[in-house]
Amino acid sequence: MNVLRTALRRIAVAGMTATLALWTVAQPVAQPHYSDSGPEPMLARVFELIEQHRWEQALEQTDALLRGYPTFRLAHLIRGDLLLARTRALTAFGAGGVRKVGDKLAETRIADLREEAMVRLRAYRERPKVEYVPRYLLQLRNDQKHAVVVDTQKSRLYLYRNEGGTPHFVADYYISQGKLGAEKMREGDQRTPIGVYHVTGSLPRQKLTDFYGSGAFPISYPNDWDRRMGRNGHGIWLHGTPSDTFSRPPKASDGCVVLANQDLDALGRTLQVGLTPVIISNSIEWLSLDDWQTERNSLLARIEEWRQDWESRDVERYARHYSRKFQAERFDYQRWIEHKRQVAAGKTWIKVTAGNISMFRNPGKEEHVVVTFEQDYRSNNINNAMKKRQYWIKEDGLWKIVHEGAA
Amino acid sequence: MTLSRFLSVCSLVLALVFGVFASAHADSIQDVNRLMKQGQHGQALEQVDKHLAGKPKDAQGRFLKGLILTELNRSGEAIVVFQKLTEDYPELPEPYNNLAVIYAQQKQYEKAKQALEMAIRTHPAYATAHENLGDIYARMASQAYDKALQIDSSNTSAQTKLSMIRDLVGNRNAAQARPAQAAPAPEAKPVAARPPEVKPAEPAPVEPPKAVEAAKPVEPKPEPKAAPLAVGSTSADVARAVQSWAAAWSKKDVKAYLGHYARDFKTPGGESRAKWEADRTQRIDKPGAISVTVDDVRITPEGADRATARFRQHYRSATLKTASGKALVLVRQDGRWLIQQERIGR
Repeated sequence: MNVLRTALRRIAVAGMTATLALWTVAQPVAQPHYSDSGPEPMLARVFELIEQHRWEQALEQTDALLRGYPTFRLAHLIRGDLLLARTRALTAFGAGGVRKVGDKLAETRIADLREEAMVRLRAYRERPKVEYVPRYLLQLRNDQKHAVVVDTQKSRLYLYRNEGGTPHFVADYYISQGKLGAEKMREGDQRTPIGVYHVTGSLPRQKLTDFYGSGAFPISYPNDWDRRMGRNGHGIWLHGTPSDTFSRPPKASDGCVVLANQDLDALGRTLQVGLTPVIISNSIEWLSLDDWQTERNSLLARIEEWRQDWESRDVERYARHYSRKFQAERFDYQRWIEHKRQVAAGKTWIKVTAGNISMFRNPGKEEHVVVTFEQDYRSNNINNAMKKRQYWIKEDGLWKIVHEGAA
Repeated sequence: MTLSRFLSVCSLVLALVFGVFASAHADSIQDVNRLMKQGQHGQALEQVDKHLAGKPKDAQGRFLKGLILTELNRSGEAIVVFQKLTEDYPELPEPYNNLAVIYAQQKQYEKAKQALEMAIRTHPAYATAHENLGDIYARMASQAYDKALQIDSSNTSAQTKLSMIRDLVGNRNAAQARPAQAAPAPEAKPVAARPPEVKPAEPAPVEPPKAVEAAKPVEPKPEPKAAPLAVGSTSADVARAVQSWAAAWSKKDVKAYLGHYARDFKTPGGESRAKWEADRTQRIDKPGAISVTVDDVRITPEGADRATARFRQHYRSATLKTASGKALVLVRQDGRWLIQQERIGR
């Protein structure tokens, strides 16, 4: 963030020089450039102009930014600085906003906006390379048209389109997370969960207060893994912003992921209730398409082995796919295998198909992959079709199932 | 030169510069000033309207009317008066300044800013306009911060008042304006044009006022083109001649003053040289100190031996304080730059 820091430091000593800008010959106002990637390009341009000591143009650019985003508080703060710098030297970015000594509220809000400037510019300057994909999107189902990946450290949401099984970058948006950051554990801890979720509903603006802006999309926190890890809480949504502000500070919510209303609207058009994955990470890991393909194929191969071993009715072969830490409902590993042994004794044949497989790697420390598929089970005495979800972990270099159940 | 003729030639500025002679004019204006000082704005308005009935174009009268209307909180009408003044006398910065003050009172900061920028464009070293512009920026900044922080600061932060200019002319350069600004009149109190301070002991400044040095560090520098010594030695010599002429006038050194005029000087009213010299001698020789300074000097050489000097002249006597644009056509005779024509206005 050196560039931004330099810009901010420069604004601090702008007092003298800024006034001189008054006397430069008025230049034609730069045509405001609106882009569907939000205010970042113009914001970056403002800071660039400040660095270059082109105060007058910086103010014009800020005004243009505010014409596009009239309730963009960060731009108002910069505008305040650029105006005040004409009358006196400023000590820090936004410092002029504290007009009463010890005004804690003003100080807090300025710190928030400073943070917002940082994360917005960082995300803009460090956009993901197009040939890289988030490691988490191992496999999308054909009917999962889009996938959402959130990076809490960058305060950014990335939208991907499913093109024949390969995720393609569509857009990215600034987001706010919980006041106390990520890694939600408990109800009311004001944190945003980290994990693999999906959209479970859609709440239109009419059913909500203005606080949620243009709408809300609840997600599936807590998932099976969260429950297994003892995490609780509820009501984690993707939602919009109150009408009086374009965006909220990077850490502002009680755990929800908050977007600007126009961004939520754009995103909302791509979300499929019950289907679209929403993966929230601390910091996205990116893979080249080659590495991504390798990782994906190795797990797909293990899933295929598991399927065949189940069909073989050889319980020892089937059991090697399960972790000793396995748990599902009333079963631990021992009981699960014992149960399967009893069932297999009555079988003369088993046919299993696993279709529409999706695979999403859990972000962060707890390495596992959430595998969801449509299972069609047939045997000499029972037929059963279900949607199944398994959690696979890597133990001693081998993929093993640690949880299994209906999705 | 006959007075009536002089006035008819350049009614506005000369009426100000030599206002003492137009006694009827001066009297009624003084009445208005006195009434304003006493806080009798209603009567002051009557008086100034009476004055303007006879001289509808009179800038000073209209300026005072604008002030009175402002005091009476009739801002809309005051804006019209000052606005018209800026249209009729775009070279005067004061009406722009006061227009800005009223706009600022109405929180129309963008308009206030534009008016002040106009004032500064006409007079880059105009200290009051710079101060006011600084204040406008501070207020606009405060508004921006309010929006940024969702805080309404209007009740919490003490806002400095912008300075309304009460003299039409005379306090617009920084070096002179400072002392007069030391005790700014509270905005609410009616203060009419103050009689200029008389400082007989103080030597008249012969250098152009150093606006840049006198100004606060944050104040913008005047445009470089305002530098008196622009190009080449011709310009430098001409500029020196102009300064020397103003210095002689300030020192009331009539001989030296008249010595700055060329043999073929075209007297303003077409009168004889002798008559003109007698008039000038009488004027300059009057009791009381005079200070004449020039600034914003621009020299346009027209061949090797002829140049036009355009500048702003600040005249201060016991009874009057004015500033006006002036143009001198100088010619080189016997190695000296001498005045061949003298015109009011640039």
